[in-house]
This record gives sequence, structure tokens and C-alpha cells, in this order.
Amino acid sequence: MNEIRNLINITDLSTEEIEHLVTVADDIMAHPEAYQDMCAHKKLATLFFEPSTRTRLSFTAAMMDLGGNVLGFADANSSSATKGESVADTVTMAGCYADIIAMRHPKEGAPVVAARRTTVPIINAGDGGHFHPTQTLTDLLTIHRKKSRFSHLTIGLCGDLMFGRTVHSLIEAMSRYEDVHFILISPPELRLPDYMKEMMDQKGVLWEECEKLEDAIPKLDILYMTRVQKERFFNEADYIRLKDSYILTRKKLGPAKADMIIMHPLPRVNEIQVEVDDDPRACYFYQALCGKYIRMALILYLLGLK
Amino acid sequence: MNIDGINNGIVLDHISAGKGMRIYELMKLDRLDCMVAIIQNASSTKFGKKDIIKVDGTGFKLDLDMLGYIDQHITVDTIENGRLVKKQHVDLPEELTNVIRCHNPRCITSVEQGIDQKFRLSNRQKKTYRCVYCDTEYREKED
Repeated sequence: MNEIRNLINITDLSTEEIEHLVTVADDIMAHPEAYQDMCAHKKLATLFFEPSTRTRLSFTAAMMDLGGNVLGFADANSSSATKGESVADTVTMAGCYADIIAMRHPKEGAPVVAARRTTVPIINAGDGGHFHPTQTLTDLLTIHRKKSRFSHLTIGLCGDLMFGRTVHSLIEAMSRYEDVHFILISPPELRLPDYMKEMMDQKGVLWEECEKLEDAIPKLDILYMTRVQKERFFNEADYIRLKDSYILTRKKLGPAKADMIIMHPLPRVNEIQVEVDDDPRACYFYQALCGKYIRMALILYLLGLK
Repeated sequence: MNIDGINNGIVLDHISAGKGMRIYELMKLDRLDCMVAIIQNASSTKFGKKDIIKVDGTGFKLDLDMLGYIDQHITVDTIENGRLVKKQHVDLPEELTNVIRCHNPRCITSVEQGIDQKFRLSNRQKKTYRCVYCDTEYREKED
């Protein structure tokens, strides 16, 4: 029996595997009809213990476009978690009905628990403020398609860098490539956690912190904006004080490079003004499209079909 | 004060003064039927003061990883038939299981029943460990 492959953290995948997924996603985008029955008679369980629109829909769309079926729940209230069932038990049960599981959980490390008990591949679709590797794969496919490289890039990460799991996973992934420089743009209260900085230091990755978006913009090849997420705060007052700190406007984009790309994991609140959407550098909706194709490639890979 | 030597068991020597009771509790030595002695603030040529634990019996779990985490100065002497048969030194372990607890309220270990509290060594110089589930750092305070 082959060993089950899971995706808990983006670093579970080697750079070669990521390149393979990106190549397959490229091919799916070019020839979708060649993939439309590849998961016929296969089932994906989407276990979402925390609400999500984009991630769950993109997993569902990905599996449907591969000819497979989807079952699951969209929030913990419609699962046995409300009755006190453990994550390990829920996942073990789901493995009896599905060939692969995508799970989102508000508690950090829940997919690690799931992976220890599972009999089918587990995909971490976000665990609290910790990791979100499929968003990172989405980001990587977007970068690949828009910049044609993963190395020699200056990447500005802006907003909630403390709780922003998409940021943590993206840093982990991009730290493995040559000459990547991170500019961390956030208020002091929402700075990147120390363990992420230690990780970059250990890998010899260049990074700097900056409090003003305007100061960083001219240097960037990629500007990655994030939402200041209300659900990550312990109290409302802190949220209200910080939520408008970093807002991208057309005016702020003035000194940016002509080929800089603006990314955002979505949903946005007001951190990117709607007026920016028409700028050719804005590619956050394209990013959402990439999310479906890279998830298709991932499902095929973890099921051993491609 | 005189504490007799032991026949079959272990002596935990060179425990930093003040850490003896914590080790006694973590090793659950209160549950043993055999003789257990905790000597606090014994004089030590090396450290000035030290704690010593003597257990004259078996049936306990000797967790060298736990001991290494609490105090790297400890030596573990194994005694059989009144004679020293083995002397072991401890070191900071790469992994720790059920010795410390994750204090991150968002960690899955705060709600999931029946899972071990596991940590891995993240920085040997700083003696820092991170939860294997959520990566939150746990730093043992130096006495």
C-alpha cells in the first residue's frame, strides 16, 4: 500500500512537486476537456468546521471539473462537532465515505491531528491563523503565470501579518527560492510572529519591516495585501483601531513599478479601494481563478492520478 | 542528615537546587510503594547547592527526555544490588511529550481530547520549544 500523502503545510511539498503542480495546472487551463473525467467515481469530503466561501467553492468546483463528487459540511454547526465529536473521529468517519478530504478548522494544528488518524489524503484548507497551503499554491500559480519566475523577487506583504495565515504560508514557500526579499508592512501590533522571522533568518532570507505602505511600494515586484480579520482579534476595540491602517488607493500606486502585481487572498473589506480594480496590475480576481486550477492539480496529485 | 544508600533503583544527582519537587511530581513518584527520598539543598562542590532524589525500587517511568528538559545538569545513577551499574547524563531532547502544555488558546490541544502535548526543540541556545501542532513557542523560564 502506498503511503498517504497529505498537505498540511506548504513545505510538505518539495519545490519540484510545486513545479509539477504548477505545470499540471497550466495544462488544465489550456486543455480542460482532457481532465473532465479524471476523478470520475471519486469523492471529495469538504469538512469546514469554520465558514468559508472562496476556499470551499473552489475545492467544490475543482472536484466537479474533474468529474468527481463532493460531500461534506459548510460549518461546524451542521456537523457532529456540536455534539462534542473530536476532529480525529470526524476525519476517521469521513475517510469511510470519501477518497480525499479538504478540511478547515478554527483551531491551529487540527489538520496535524487529522493526518495522524486518516486513511485518505488530508488537505489543510486553513487552520486558524496558522497555515493555508492551498491559498499559497494559488498564489504561486498566480506568480508563475504573471511573473514567470519564483526567484529574484521583492515581495511586499501588507496588513495583518501576525494572524494572516496566507502570509505565513507564502513566506515559507517563497523562502526556498533564490534572491527573494520580503518587505513586511504592518502596524507594530500586527507584525509577523518571531518564529517566522527566525525561519527566514535560518534560511538566510533577506527581510525588513516597514510601517508605511508608501515607503515600500516603489521597490516591489509583488504587493500582497491582506485583510485585517475581525475573527482573529480577542476584542472589538483593537479591531476597530487597526482595520483601516493599510488601504491601497490608486494614488498610492503612483510610484509603483509598471509590472508590479497586486495580490490579495480575498475577501477584501476596504484595504484595496474598488478604484484599483481597473488597474492592469490588479490580479486578485485572476488569483481566485487560479485557485480552482491549482486545487484540481493538487487533488489529482494526492490521489495519485497525475 | 543521613540518607542511606539504596539497593535497587536510581539516584538522580546534581539536580539544580529547587527543581527536585517538580521532577518528583512529573515522574509521579508519589504513586510508588517503595522508599523515595528527596534531598533539597544538599551541598555540592560543583554547584554550591543541589537536590537529590533516591528511589529504592522499580516500577516508575524513567523519562530521560523529561529530565533533560528540566535540568541538563542531572546525572542518573542506576543501582543494582547496592552497586552503581550505570551513570547517564541527560541533554535537551529534540522532542518532548506530555511534559509541558501549549498555552495558545487557538491550539487544537486546547479542545481535542486524548492527544499528546508534543513539542520540538526549535532553538538549542535559547532552550525554546514549539508546539508541533500550532508552532507556538514555549520558553522555560530560567530559575
